[in-house]
Order: sequence, then C-alpha cells, then structure tokens
Amino acid sequence: MKKLFLIGLKDLRLMFRDRAALVFMLLAPFLLTIGMGFVTGRFSGSSSGLSDIPVVIVNLDNEQLGNALADVFASQELAELMEPTESSDPEAARQLIDDDEAAAAVIIPEGFTRSIIPAEETAFNESSVQPEPVKIEVYANPSRPTSSGVVKAIVDEFVSRVEEGRTSGMTSIVQLIQAGLLDPQSAEREASALFQDVEQTENTSITLKTNTEGAEAVEFDILAYMAPGMALLFLMYTVSYGGRSILAERSQGTLPRLLVSPTSTLQVLGGKVLGIFFMGVAQVGILILASTILFGVKWGDSLGLAVLILATVLGATGWGLLITAIARTPGQVASLGTATMLIFGILGGSFIDLDQMPALVQTLSKITPNAWSLDGFTTLALGGTLPNLREPITALVIMGTLLFSISVVLFSRNGIVQK
Amino acid sequence: MPAILEVQNLVKKYGDFLAVKGISFDIKEGEIFSLLGPNGAGKTTTISMLSTLYTPTSGDATIGGYSITKQPMAVKQLIGVVPQELALYEDLTARENLIFWGQMYGLSGKALTSRVDEVLEQIGLTDKAKNKVKTYSGGMKRRVNIGVGLLHKPRLLFMDEPTVGIDPQSRRAILDTVKDLNRQGMTVLYTTHYMEEAQELSDRVGIIDHGELIAIGTQKELTQQVGETETLILHIGENDDSAALAKSLDGVKDVLEAIASDHEVSVIAHVAEDVLAAVVTKANERGIKIRSIDIREPNLEAVFLNLTGRALRD
Repeated sequence: MKKLFLIGLKDLRLMFRDRAALVFMLLAPFLLTIGMGFVTGRFSGSSSGLSDIPVVIVNLDNEQLGNALADVFASQELAELMEPTESSDPEAARQLIDDDEAAAAVIIPEGFTRSIIPAEETAFNESSVQPEPVKIEVYANPSRPTSSGVVKAIVDEFVSRVEEGRTSGMTSIVQLIQAGLLDPQSAEREASALFQDVEQTENTSITLKTNTEGAEAVEFDILAYMAPGMALLFLMYTVSYGGRSILAERSQGTLPRLLVSPTSTLQVLGGKVLGIFFMGVAQVGILILASTILFGVKWGDSLGLAVLILATVLGATGWGLLITAIARTPGQVASLGTATMLIFGILGGSFIDLDQMPALVQTLSKITPNAWSLDGFTTLALGGTLPNLREPITALVIMGTLLFSISVVLFSRNGIVQK
Repeated sequence: MPAILEVQNLVKKYGDFLAVKGISFDIKEGEIFSLLGPNGAGKTTTISMLSTLYTPTSGDATIGGYSITKQPMAVKQLIGVVPQELALYEDLTARENLIFWGQMYGLSGKALTSRVDEVLEQIGLTDKAKNKVKTYSGGMKRRVNIGVGLLHKPRLLFMDEPTVGIDPQSRRAILDTVKDLNRQGMTVLYTTHYMEEAQELSDRVGIIDHGELIAIGTQKELTQQVGETETLILHIGENDDSAALAKSLDGVKDVLEAIASDHEVSVIAHVAEDVLAAVVTKANERGIKIRSIDIREPNLEAVFLNLTGRALRD
C-alpha cells in the first residue's frame, strides 16, 4: 500500500512541475470561470449573480401540496432570488415565457395533491398507492438557461422530497395493513393525518429544505454552477493526462524499471491510478478553494462537497483509465482525452444547461461524470447536504468502479509492458 | 566461486521469430561477465528475461538459487538493473530520483538518505544533486541511471550497454565505476557491442549472435579457439569488389581464410606479414585500390569474425 502512495505522490509532484499541464488544469478553467462570471454579471456588485428571477406560478391543484409549492416560491427566504407572479391560465403563462417576459412557468396540474395524498373518503388499500404522482410542468425560457435551471432545481427538490415522503409513508402503512396491525378504515385516517403533518410540519421530509436551513443556504451563486462546470470540463483533461503518463512511462523506460524493482504489476498500476486520482482531487480542490477565497463562492455543505469531489474524481478517473487502456500511444491518449473532454463538456452541461437539451442528450449525459457531478454541485448550492447527494455520488462511484474493472481487464489482456 | 546466476536453455519467441534460441551459461559470484554481440543479437532480451521483465517462452534461470519464473520477487531483491535507455524522471532532481527509486527497493528513513548520499558521491554528482535531471548532459544522466541500479547494493548488477551514445570521458568514468564496483565484490553482467569494453572489463565473455550463444570463456580461451593467428585487414575502395578479392586469395600460400565485408577484406594467417606481399599483388592484379592496411593480433573481434564471418559492427 505504501508503494501505491509513493507512486501516486510522485505523479502528483511531476504534475506540479509540468507548466503546460498546469495551464490547462488550473489556469484555463479559472480564467473561463472568471469570464463567465463577468458575462453573467456575477462580478458587477451584487452578492449573487442571480436575483429577482421572474417566474409564473400556475396552481391548478389548489390543494395542500400545490399551495405548498406556490408558497415556497413566495416565501421570505426566496424573496431576493425569486419574483413570482400567479396565473390561472397555463397557455397565458407559456406565452409569457415565449415572449421572454419570465424565466420559467411552473404549472401545477389539477389533482397533484390527490395523486399523492388519498382523499379522505377513499377506502385505503394497496391500490391507493399510485405508481407515479401527476407531473408538475416547468416551462423553461431557453434564453435564460441559468435562471430557469434554478427554478427547475427548486421544483425538482420539492418533488423529490414529496416523492420520498409519499413512498416511505405509503410503504409503512401498507406494511402495517399486511401485518394486520392496522385496518383499512384506520389506514385512511392515518394516511391523511400523515400527509397533513407532512405538509404542515417544517421538519418533515416533503417540506423544502429552504424552510429549515434558512435563507443563506438557498442563496444561489451562479459561480457555484459555472466554476464546477469549468473544473469538470478540464478534469477530463487531467485524468487523460494522468492516463497518458502510464504510456509515457512505458516509452521512457521508467515503467519497465518499476517492474524490475520489487514492486508488483498490481502495485505499479494501482499507484498510477492513485496518481490520476490525486491529480484530479488536487485540481478540483484548488479551483474550488481559489473560487471560495477570491470570489466568495458559497459551495454549500462542506462534507457533502468533499465527498462529491472524491466521487467525481473517481468517476472521471475511470474514464481516464479506459482511454489509456484503449489507446496505444501517449499521443492517442491525448487525442482521445481532448475529444472526450469536449464531448463530455457538451453532454454533461459544462457549456449549456442540460435542461435546455433534447431528451436524448439528457439521457446520454448520464454516461458523463460532468452531468452527475454538476447535479450534485447544484444541489449543494441550493442548500442540499450529503444525504441529498445519494444519487449522483452512487452513480459516480459505480461509474468509476465499473470503468476501472473494464480497464484492468483490458490492461491484463494487452499487458502494460510488452512481455 | 559458486555460481550466482545459472541460465538453462532460455528461449524467447515473438510469434515465429526466435529472439533467444535456448542459451545456457552461468556467472560466478564476484566476476564480470560480458555478453558481446552486435545490435539485435538478443542481449537486451536476455537481460530482460533474467531481470523478470519478460517471461521466457521456455527454459529458466536461477539467481542466488531463486527461479526467475517461479520466484520473481525474490530475484528482484538480489538484482540491480541499469537499462540501455535512460529510465529516469527528468523533471525530478537527481536526489529526488534516487530517493524515489530507493523507496521502490524498500529503503526508507536515514538508511535511504545516507545511501542516496553515498551513491551521489560514487557517481560524482553530489554538487549537482539538486538540479533537475533534464538539465544534465548525456553522460551525467547515464551516471544517474547507473546510480539508481546501485541503491540497494544488489548482489548481481545487470548493465545493458551503459555507454551507448556518450562522450569518451563519460564512457571512461563508467568503465572505471564498473571495475570499482566489482572490486567491492559486486557481480556484473555487462552487455556490449564494443569489443574493447568486453576485453577491458570481463573475466569471462559470452559471444551472442542471432539469439545464440556461440562461444563462452575467458578471453584467452576464446582467442585460442581461433588459433594463434593474426588478421590482415585491407580497406579498399567503395566501388571495388571485396568478395572477388577474397575469393582470389583462396589457396594463396600461408592464407588460412579470407573474408569479405563492405569495403574490407580480412585475411587470416599465422603471421600477417608473411602474406602481405601476396595479398597486395592479388589486389593490384584485379585493379583494386588499397586505401589502408591494418594488422590485428588475436582479439574478440577476430573471434567473432572467425565464428560468424561478419564483423561485430555489421
């Protein structure tokens, strides 16, 4: 294990001595972030790049949950960030967006609450649990991708918590019925009571986090989206640079030399992988630290941020290794790595908000660490904590592990040195 | 002296190409053994198998009693390797390189620091230890390359053509280092295609060509194989037919053998001066312009020529 760290640290040290690489890994994403900050007006004086986002709320539900969501947008905590107006006509609301009068329209359909909370007169049984609640529509303005992205993130967060509460609540009640501990008539009352509580109590799982965390947690900083976008774009360069070092060491003779020392092939390969991981963590860590110190970017929950960075770099390292395992020369790794960096940058939302992309692209984005990680960074910026990052972190860890396994198979088939 | 290295019928095959064709030899503890052969003879492939980097197609070797195929990690502890190509991190300093490679051999703490200082002293780079390797001359890099192989005080040091492409002064320093290491008790397997290096350094020499070990022994034993002969070398014009001249010398009195190569004819005789006049006459008869004539006493070059019909540099 010690040798793995020694090899990894040696690679990290070599990275910091490669000026050309440093320009790409640190300076380029930093400068791009600054540029984006100026474009969005982040540096023009306000504490947040976004404020008074015009949003149209069409509440056709007019029941507990629909009202709760409308209240979220009208809450004191979001007063600086959002400027909601109400409408009862979905078509009129959509027209406002098409006319660029607002960033997004949130259309809460009729029956939204009923699709989640059974009506009091309904006899409760397992079929009361609908597989999917009625969908809330966010009609986004393509010319205001970031603002509409923030609106969508708030709605997603709300729906996610509603869904979480609905599933766990219903599951518990169904289990109680099946165990004979609750009769269906009582279940009806219990379910209604449960969801009444859920809607009214601040500490329940369906209330938006903003209600419990305070205003600071939801103050959305545009740089908290852009800086990771740029960092993730260039992270793909870093992992392919790290992968390239495996093939470069092979051609410069240091890899064979390592293999004739009392160091196993697994230790050498593990050390190189750790080196790539260290480089990625160093790059993203430095960019985040610099953005915090220089621009006062608020990243959100520190623990969640740390775990998200590690998971992101793990996922990206998997791709770096796969590219290396497929390529034959350092030059091929560089070409493939650059192509992957750009494709993943586009697919993963580093340049354009994924919500503005076609459905196919949104689906394809799931293969990129960029998309999952940006999702996580946005969640954190909107006040989420580590438990809210379960999905992106799990996806990134699975991605990294799977790609690492495939790469090891390819390396062992082709050999990391000619034998 | 017991053998530290015993090679038994070692074979390396790449597809249909046999790079090493079943060689066997041994090296005794404390000796310098040279593998002498032209480029592409199989020297580096042999060292790569012995250092456990390449897996032999068949055959085996033991180093200090450990099999290179079955106990590679034990073998790696006993050997040091100085590869033909520089294998260093050029963005690290000499000291940083030595520290990293020392750690790979399990050294740490004060033992590592003092050993790195010793090696820097030994290779004469103490003053420049804090400079990045990429700022060094070719000869200095070669010395660091050798230093890495010495860090853990190996019992058997493999040196694969360590003087290729460097200036005479650095070459001299490296040859002196090898002799110095051997005096300190280190066993050395040295590969080269320079006959002079093998002659100067070696206790015993193995001559390798086309993947086969064609002769082995001390220099005296090897030169005796070609008999007490001398070689008369005629350097002729570029457009002259060396093969025709060699053929015309067949049957000439006292000429044992005449071998043609590019712009040269090597004439082997017991006493070169005895055949000189006849050889020059034959050349004149054929209108061949003699540019210069060398007389060589028996040496490894002559042995190689005698065994293969080719010069070492061909």
